[in-house]
Amino acid sequence: MMSMRLWKIFGGLKLPGFKSMSMSQATQPAPLPKTLTLPLKQHIGIDAEPVVKVGDTVLKGQMIATSGNYVSAPVHAPSSGKVTAIKKHRIPHPSGIETDCIIIETDGEERWVECKEHSNYRQLDAKTLRDIIREAGIVGLGGAGFPSFIKLDAGSSNMIDTLILNGAECEPYITCDAMLMQEQSRKVIDGLNIMRHALQAKHCIIAVEDNKRAAHTMLVNALHDHEAEYIDVIQVPTLYPAGGEKQLIKTLTGKEVPSNGLPINIGVVCHNVATAAATATAVLEGKPLISRYVTITGEGVDHPCNLDVLFGTPFSELINLCGRNSHAEQFIMGGPMMGFEISNDDVPVIKTSNCILVKSENPTPDYIMPCIRCGQCAEVCPAQLLPQQLYWYSRAKNFDKTQDYNLFDCIECGCCSYVCPSHIPLVQYFRFAKTEIWTQEQEKEKSDIARQRHEFRQFRMERKKAENEERKRQKRELLKKVNKEKDNSEDAKKAAIEAAMARVKARREAQHTAQENTDNLTDEQKHLIAEIDSRRKKAKDKS
Amino acid sequence: MLTTIIAIATLAIIFGLVLGFAAIRFKVEGDPIVDKIDSVLPQTQCGQCTFPGCRPYAEAIAKGEADINQCPPGGEAVINELADLLGVDPKPLNEEHGEHTDKTVVYIDEDICIGCTLCIQACPVDAIVGAAKLMHTVIEDECTGCDLCIPVCPVDCIYIKPVTETISTWKWPLPGSSLNAEKESS
Repeated sequence: MMSMRLWKIFGGLKLPGFKSMSMSQATQPAPLPKTLTLPLKQHIGIDAEPVVKVGDTVLKGQMIATSGNYVSAPVHAPSSGKVTAIKKHRIPHPSGIETDCIIIETDGEERWVECKEHSNYRQLDAKTLRDIIREAGIVGLGGAGFPSFIKLDAGSSNMIDTLILNGAECEPYITCDAMLMQEQSRKVIDGLNIMRHALQAKHCIIAVEDNKRAAHTMLVNALHDHEAEYIDVIQVPTLYPAGGEKQLIKTLTGKEVPSNGLPINIGVVCHNVATAAATATAVLEGKPLISRYVTITGEGVDHPCNLDVLFGTPFSELINLCGRNSHAEQFIMGGPMMGFEISNDDVPVIKTSNCILVKSENPTPDYIMPCIRCGQCAEVCPAQLLPQQLYWYSRAKNFDKTQDYNLFDCIECGCCSYVCPSHIPLVQYFRFAKTEIWTQEQEKEKSDIARQRHEFRQFRMERKKAENEERKRQKRELLKKVNKEKDNSEDAKKAAIEAAMARVKARREAQHTAQENTDNLTDEQKHLIAEIDSRRKKAKDKS
Repeated sequence: MLTTIIAIATLAIIFGLVLGFAAIRFKVEGDPIVDKIDSVLPQTQCGQCTFPGCRPYAEAIAKGEADINQCPPGGEAVINELADLLGVDPKPLNEEHGEHTDKTVVYIDEDICIGCTLCIQACPVDAIVGAAKLMHTVIEDECTGCDLCIPVCPVDCIYIKPVTETISTWKWPLPGSSLNAEKESS
């Protein structure tokens, strides 16, 4: 193992850890709950669609929801049982909005679906590996929940220099990654090997904060000799937020992820240690992601600890298991800095639930005072932003300006709010501004679509009108032509009639002349004819 | 004297030609301000502004025939943006044209629908599908909430409903507007 130079990140805070309280006992699997509530969306991206019906019997590890969209991850049944409902249920989200969930009543038999192991993953190509990881429903378990297979695509031109496993876990109270690294160090390294194979990364680093000695030692001991050539287990200084992806990359490589860019742009990929362990389970054992380590801690529980929890287990059961006490008033998913409060503990554990922090309500909330422009927020901001400028513009809803001040580089670590002497909830303002901007963008997109549809409709109506006009014109012309032809044919008829009449007349005249042909008659006959003619004439005259 | 006149005249001819050419070559088709105004408007196409759609309203604003406060779906936000764009003072929404409400969509009660196609003809964005004597339905994602289909329905089977907030459309509240905000600072 080579010794590595570490870089310093800008800003940051030394925070009290409160970590030892939940690390006193080994991680136990949480008991199987009677019902499991599985939200269809436990990741960033498009919701998964259920592939089971109410009443279906499902096996442990069976896929129950999936999506054809690229940025999405399937959901699996964490235990065998029966699907009793697919309905709206509250999920751990700051909004408290209910979303579609699949409810499974467990039968306690834990019958597994057939698992396909891929212990020969080195023979598989990257695409196949990514598909296995995708099918296993693996998302970033550090908190963001971004589908992991996407971050295992090195792309066509990107060469991956460094693959980092993030085991820094810098936020107070949370210890699930530390426990995982201690207890399943081999699995973490196996997962890292698989990720390395998928990315063809040259160099791998497992980064652990230097307050997690045990985890560091276990990882180093678990490394095989040949692995030590390309894997470094590195201790990084304990400083919040050293575990932020961009901050960790800076600490380890000295490189900065560009604004609006991704780590892959600078040849680095960063995954969480728990994601690596889940990857190892998915590939080597063929088992999908159905459980995770969760820290249940805070003053609201008597026995803070880590539990291996099946997704869908209600928070309330876990809190009861750890000894809920009278201080249990406020529930936070995640840590005290970046986590969010949930109003009710009747929500299920999802893929991104790393920690359940149970606290007592602060009886006297700090009074928010005006900004005194002390600049402490700018000093601690690890993204080197100007929080007070962002605060003014967010408050004034001047969102263009907030973007000029790189609002979207804010990682919402909460350092600025923590140090603010006026107790201004700066991060809240930034979150507000970010979601407002996203909404505006979505609305803009929608109104553009509406404009297009409206314009197309007008175009269609005009086209229809023009077509109608054209049709009418053609009809008129046709009519005219027909009429003309009709006229022509009448003339012909008339002519024919006239011709016929003329022919008749001619014949008559011929007959008449034939009658007058009296040359060869005798005088007597001539006399008789003259007599008849005179009689005829007389009769004619009379009438 | 003569040289000066010739020189000035030559220059005048050259500049005249250049300007004349530029006027033809770089001619701007249509009024660009109309496009800008149109892009600010919410494209509901509801006609509450008394114009038959957002673009005609934009054209009227550009010509100075309409005020900037006639768009109820856009509300204050659109008025402010228009004021910003046109360099005039923002003013409150003209109540004559309606009130600004939260975004809504319509839906058709399919049990009642008789398939008359009148709503299909009324929809400005083709967001209703169906055919004569067949049930109609609204494509909710495309519905702008203009409510133009409601008055034409002979059996009153079209209803307004608010757009439900989902996890992906949910927004963080402005601090101070909820208790959460105060807790964050503690």
